[in-house]
Amino acid sequence: MPTTEELKNTATQVRRDILRMIHAVNSGHPGGSLGCADFMTALYFDVMKHQPQPFNMDGKNEDLFFLSNGHLSALLYSVLARCGYFPVKELATFRKLNTRLQGHPTTHEGLPGIRIASGSLGQGLSVAIGAALAKKLNNDDRIVYTLHGDGELQEGQIWEAMMYAAAKKVDNLIATVDYNGKQIDGPVDEVLSLGNLKAKWEAFGWDVLECNGNDMQEIVATLKIAKQHTGKQKPVVILMKTEMGCGVDFMMGTHKWHGSAPNDEQLAKALAQLEETLGDY
Amino acid sequence: MKKYTNSGSNDTRSGFGEGLLEAGRRNPNVVALCADLIGSLKMDAFVKEFPERFFQVGIAEANMIGISAGLTIGRKIPFAGTFANFATGRVYDQIRQSVAYSGKNVKICASHAGLTLGEDGATHQILEDIGLMKMLPGMCVINPCDFNQTKAATIAIAEYEGPVYLRFGRPKVPNFTEANQKFEIGKALLLNEGTDVSIFATGHLVWHAIEAGEILAEKGINAEIINIHTIKPLDKTAILNSVDKTKCVVSAEEHQMNGGLGDSIAQLLSLQMPTPMEMVAVNDSFGESGTPEQLMEKYGLTTNAIVEASLKVMNRKR
Repeated sequence: MPTTEELKNTATQVRRDILRMIHAVNSGHPGGSLGCADFMTALYFDVMKHQPQPFNMDGKNEDLFFLSNGHLSALLYSVLARCGYFPVKELATFRKLNTRLQGHPTTHEGLPGIRIASGSLGQGLSVAIGAALAKKLNNDDRIVYTLHGDGELQEGQIWEAMMYAAAKKVDNLIATVDYNGKQIDGPVDEVLSLGNLKAKWEAFGWDVLECNGNDMQEIVATLKIAKQHTGKQKPVVILMKTEMGCGVDFMMGTHKWHGSAPNDEQLAKALAQLEETLGDY
Repeated sequence: MKKYTNSGSNDTRSGFGEGLLEAGRRNPNVVALCADLIGSLKMDAFVKEFPERFFQVGIAEANMIGISAGLTIGRKIPFAGTFANFATGRVYDQIRQSVAYSGKNVKICASHAGLTLGEDGATHQILEDIGLMKMLPGMCVINPCDFNQTKAATIAIAEYEGPVYLRFGRPKVPNFTEANQKFEIGKALLLNEGTDVSIFATGHLVWHAIEAGEILAEKGINAEIINIHTIKPLDKTAILNSVDKTKCVVSAEEHQMNGGLGDSIAQLLSLQMPTPMEMVAVNDSFGESGTPEQLMEKYGLTTNAIVEASLKVMNRKR
């Protein structure tokens, strides 16, 4: 198992990848990707049991992850590449014509590590429930993980899925909410407040955990607790407080970097704050 | 005109129910989902025999489509059932992203399609579903004509790898195709050989096309009648071969003219074999309440409409 320090180093490299990928095509979503880099690193490099090579779509006897907020594609691609699902140098093709690294994740081009298309929001929890139900039917005791944006929770389908998972006791499922309080048009509270989010998940019958999504030690610990909470007749959700743009000082504390790419100068300034730990692609 | 006999009217949704049970018996990976319409879709027998392989999702169709997509990842073959309106228009983006674009092996099973849903009215009578589904890349669209064929189609799609839209209906209609037939996806079925006009029909309109053929025969007109149960992929060869012979075309379907079978045939012919054509379909209109028979009459989806269209198009032959 990697140490906290090693995980932090990996997350730093992932942040560099994200910024360089988005800068190269002047498009993408750095804010949420940077904010969830620690969580995704912990998940793929420590918590989940998974097999990058050869990639199996059915993920039998593997833990599965579904990125419901598909605009964090740069983050997912970096983590998958750094895990060995595909060559790290392929990150240079992000969002370019004929790439397997489409703007939003897709199975269409056969990129290893992706099991469903996402991008149009609100669909990933339902898909994860289906995958979790299939695991139960197949007597496969591994776990299904998801990540959702907090703004994404404004989609009605999420609440259909929340209702279902609790009512039908889908207890091999750990959902995660990137609770950064920001969306494209501004603070979530101003756009459409989620109200008491914890109370809502609890009222829907979920086992709710909370953590600081930018503290590696706390994330790993919380994910391990979440795992212990599975198999107890309730789906588990982690409300994970993150800082959009985390790791780059001028990208934090604002929603402006939700979907904007850094220019040359901004990239240089950002990379200066992130040590090249594993070697750039 | 070849003779067809109604072996006893039955609803196509019951054909689906029987086919689903059979598919479930043949393959343990077949699972079913329903959004609070088990009885309407005749899924009771499957639910009873395979309770652990059935998922009641409640009135939450978007979630049902997503769960179906997820189930395929664990190699399940989900049959997701609800009314055609809620199975398509209501969940178009879920089908588009999680099923079609993701290339998932989901079978979308849609009952109560078209006007023959009857008294519930236009809110439930979708006439755009074939168009919506056939526009999705990779989606297979099937609209069988009677009980026996719907049962056979249901069994066949379980063995086909890829997303399928299976459309069927509510009322009891003549059951005239063979019991235990082998259903071949994408294969047009020649019901009557003819030389004067090609009539391509799908779903409930196939029986009306046969009746129209009998009336035309009495007038000395030899109609070629073809059942297009698969709108996508379209059996282009069968259509072009027939039209090459007859030089005029009638299409018949319980659907909008926009986006339906006739639209697919017109596209094919305009590109490869421009030919005079008439369409028996709903003309840019919503439905309304009434009995199925009254509605089919009011919206011009009748045997006589096919006869009239045939006579008209024959006059337009070049």
